[in-house]
Amino acid sequence: MYVGKNVTRVDARDKVLGRTKYTDDLCDKSAYIVRVLHSTIAHGRVISMDTSQAEEIPGVVGVFTCFDVRDTQYFPTAGHPWSTDPDHQDVADRRVLTEEVRFYGDDIAAVVAEDEVSAAQALRAIQVEYEEYPFVLDVQEAMKDGAPQLHKEYPNNILKHTTIRKGNYEKAIQEPGLTKVEGWYETPVVQHCHIENFICYAQMEGDRITVVSSTQIPHIVRRVVGQALGIGWGKVRVIKPYIGGGFGNKQDVLYEPLCAWLCRKLGGHLVKLDVPREETFVSNRVRHGIRSHIISWVRPDGTYAARKLEAFSDQGAYASHGHSIVAKGAGAFPQLYPCENVEVDAYTIFTNKSVAGAMRGYGIPQAMWAVECHTEDVAAKMGINPVKFRRQNVMPVGYMDPFSKNELYHDTFNQCLDKALEATDFERKYQEYQNQAGDIRKGIGLSLFWYNTAVWPISLETSSCRMVLNQDGSLQVQLGETEIGQGADTAYTQMTADVLGVPLEAVHVVSCQDTDVTPFGTGAYASRQTYTAGFAIRQTALLLRERILAYAHELTRMPPYNLDIVDGNIIRTTDGRVLMTLEELSTEALYSLTNSQHLSAESTSQIKSNAYSFGCTIAEVEVDIPMCKVRLLDIVNVHDAGTLINPALAEAQVHGGMSMGIGFGLSERLLFDQKTGRALNDNLLDYKLSTFMDHPRLRALFVENPEPTSAFGTKGLGEPPACSVAPAIRNAVYHATGVAVNDAPVNPHNLFRRFTEEGMFAGTGKGGFHHV
Amino acid sequence: MYDIKALYEAESVEQAIRLLTEHPQAQIIAGGSDVLVQMREGKRAGKELVSIYGIDAMRGVSYEEDGAIRIGSLTSFSHITKDPIIQEHINVLGEAVDMVGGPQIRNIGTIGGNTCNGVTSADSASTLHAWDAIVEITGPEGVRRIPIHEFYIKAGTVDLRPGELQTAIIIPKAAYEGYFGHYIKYAMRNAMDIATTGCSVNVKLSPDKRIMEDVRIAYGVAGPVPLRAFKAEQAAKGKPAEAEYVKAFAQTVLEDIRPRDSWRASKAFRQHIAVVLAERALRKSIELAGGEIHE
Repeated sequence: MYVGKNVTRVDARDKVLGRTKYTDDLCDKSAYIVRVLHSTIAHGRVISMDTSQAEEIPGVVGVFTCFDVRDTQYFPTAGHPWSTDPDHQDVADRRVLTEEVRFYGDDIAAVVAEDEVSAAQALRAIQVEYEEYPFVLDVQEAMKDGAPQLHKEYPNNILKHTTIRKGNYEKAIQEPGLTKVEGWYETPVVQHCHIENFICYAQMEGDRITVVSSTQIPHIVRRVVGQALGIGWGKVRVIKPYIGGGFGNKQDVLYEPLCAWLCRKLGGHLVKLDVPREETFVSNRVRHGIRSHIISWVRPDGTYAARKLEAFSDQGAYASHGHSIVAKGAGAFPQLYPCENVEVDAYTIFTNKSVAGAMRGYGIPQAMWAVECHTEDVAAKMGINPVKFRRQNVMPVGYMDPFSKNELYHDTFNQCLDKALEATDFERKYQEYQNQAGDIRKGIGLSLFWYNTAVWPISLETSSCRMVLNQDGSLQVQLGETEIGQGADTAYTQMTADVLGVPLEAVHVVSCQDTDVTPFGTGAYASRQTYTAGFAIRQTALLLRERILAYAHELTRMPPYNLDIVDGNIIRTTDGRVLMTLEELSTEALYSLTNSQHLSAESTSQIKSNAYSFGCTIAEVEVDIPMCKVRLLDIVNVHDAGTLINPALAEAQVHGGMSMGIGFGLSERLLFDQKTGRALNDNLLDYKLSTFMDHPRLRALFVENPEPTSAFGTKGLGEPPACSVAPAIRNAVYHATGVAVNDAPVNPHNLFRRFTEEGMFAGTGKGGFHHV
Repeated sequence: MYDIKALYEAESVEQAIRLLTEHPQAQIIAGGSDVLVQMREGKRAGKELVSIYGIDAMRGVSYEEDGAIRIGSLTSFSHITKDPIIQEHINVLGEAVDMVGGPQIRNIGTIGGNTCNGVTSADSASTLHAWDAIVEITGPEGVRRIPIHEFYIKAGTVDLRPGELQTAIIIPKAAYEGYFGHYIKYAMRNAMDIATTGCSVNVKLSPDKRIMEDVRIAYGVAGPVPLRAFKAEQAAKGKPAEAEYVKAFAQTVLEDIRPRDSWRASKAFRQHIAVVLAERALRKSIELAGGEIHE
């Protein structure tokens, strides 16, 4: 059996040797180069554009402006499965280029040239005349009457407002003896910063267009390119090679429609659009900044009487993934710490900023920042140990979400907590670091997280798989679920080998998705690849096994129910005798003069379940108060992702998510100029992505409770590692200094402001944290 | 692909001067870690370049006849850090340039480029200011030597006349003998960053290690160009190496520095950090000099 073993990544050697081909490696050098001209105002309209100078530059093939796009359609960009119900379709508010400018960096023209230098020169030579409108950057300002309006269909810039009501909040807060704890918590706009910037290229053959793209969602891209160009979806072929990370930015349709449109405009000539890093920050997607207001009414025994959450999610200029993000976080609020009386109001608001889309965690890192900072604040105010307080209130075993039917089958939270507490010696350190004085203090902090994987029942969950047997008993496996660096292909290889009964080396998962030949699947998002693909792999492998054994019956005359495939051999189960090898059988099957068969199997699984994937983080810090700096001394994540298919890959996945969480908690934020709306730090120098030098040794631990709904007992682990890191760090800093920072990141600027407010430099500041 | 009009590669200082004279619009390029970035951003797009990177005579650290330390302008950061002469006499310079960017940048980046770029945040610049470095410039008229604080004219502009290039940086013997120093780079992360503020302090103690005979302090990003905090230096000079005087010295830097508000950091924050850095860097320098601070 291979599931559960640390087999080497199937692509490890090729990646180390530089043999894996990425989009840019595959593009022929004859490609024309596309560069996008972005608006230099935050809100307004393009009145005119003078492209004459640009067109005269040698090497420039053409300049296409927002006035040339009348043959295109408005399209949605979110990487969601399509819905045939118009009420559940994503908002179609983008066009390949736009006259109406809604953020600084909007796409208003495109230059096509023979080389990058001419393209860059042409961009600088285009003259644009705008009519400028007032703009708004703050979510709550944008909701006010009279605020600048981005989309006329959405008054007060509210894309959507949803509510959750449970019990009677107003009545419940009348209960005598309650303590009110209230706080505002805010997370910044951040960006994915995958290593490979978004890139795609397009070329036509006949009347069909091929787009090769660095995407997580090739089948969705095919649909949206078809929609944008107003052509049959079957006329579009999308190929997804290896990609250098995506983290959700590439769970959106980015510039594939523009690239395909330009290709058509140029008679099908090969065109390539390689987005520079600065434009990746501004004109791709970002994480929604969310401002949350939480009020909790707590009984003296530390139980909740009533709770309220208002969350304001910053959508930026276009709908993209829209309200799904804050809605997911809002849904977590009444579940993580259930309470009889709850009010939740979640708003998604347009602002004149970069467009927010999917990003690892999909609203949960923001929600956990608010909820777990607040939980710490409540525990502190009530004088209750934060571990005890969480254990007392957390979702109990057997809890079932009435909507998704997800169930907490095991005591995951307490088991994860136990493991994390032991690994960090939490209780001892928590006591030891109380009441510190002096400039440099230590603290230890905790955060739980709630996450559910996959998208059922909100959206379709489907996975299709094809397996094709070769002469030598090896096989190709194809899936719509994509390898985006997380190691999916390796997990699929292990699963296939186990179900079919063949050696690992016999399984070749075709990494590249090509919508012309790859079975349908919607791609990598929602931490669903291993969970979702598992169903289709199991089903298809069993189907192929049945066909192989039926053929074996023809050859051996043994009844199929007495036959099995073990380690690549056909065996008779009654006495264990090897009757023939799978190689002998496959060769015979293909070349038989009497009964030639191409042994293959293909099937679709529609999945009508998903799973909770929970865990926690404990962080230990050293805070240098005069320097306004936090040093992470230790950090541990504990996850219950069910049965681990490959523990080493799971650990690596957690490390990556923790790193992202450290940046989110300590250093990252995309800043926008209040005077112009321009992104100020649109590069990897000024945008403070954390580095190895900012990390302690990252520790990933697991509790493996097999998930009963899952084909292999496994459940999502793609996004969960990024969900609880930041609030754990914040709570550790709070523990060390007694100063709560409610605006992420806990960077020197925010610490300087908060330490100044609390008198920490004047010698009038707080001593360390002290309560039970 | 870079928008370069033409590239001329010099093999000697004389040839470089000739090329620069023939192509007065040309930009000098050494390691390229600043120039190529600027070209990519469009700031220097379409320019002619004169590369001096192949002039090996401008590499390496050596003693001059009078004991001064001569650092060839093309010496890379990583070579400076590992150089035995630097380690013996101005180890702080090796430490400072070891904080530039990441390993790749430190292998390609040169101390000449770091200073000729004229930016206030350069990690070498505050230490060179604090050690009274002399800049050697060679041009059509011959060689001239000027103090580094005169070399910096304004943000992004240094005193290089047509046809000239910086050929060396010199630390006079009197400037290093008996001095011990420490540099603190204050940045938002521990690698791949530029300084929010950088502070380089050095001290010369009396033979009994109790008196600060001389103290020098320079900052990056406390003004448009790197600067010395002379009032703070005066306040500390001749004073006992005691906590009271160290603190007073640190407070006095506020009279010297001129940080500004920007989106990268507020003025109040920079001032606060500048004081903390001055105190910590002086304490460390005293310790390195064999002193002990009496509280």
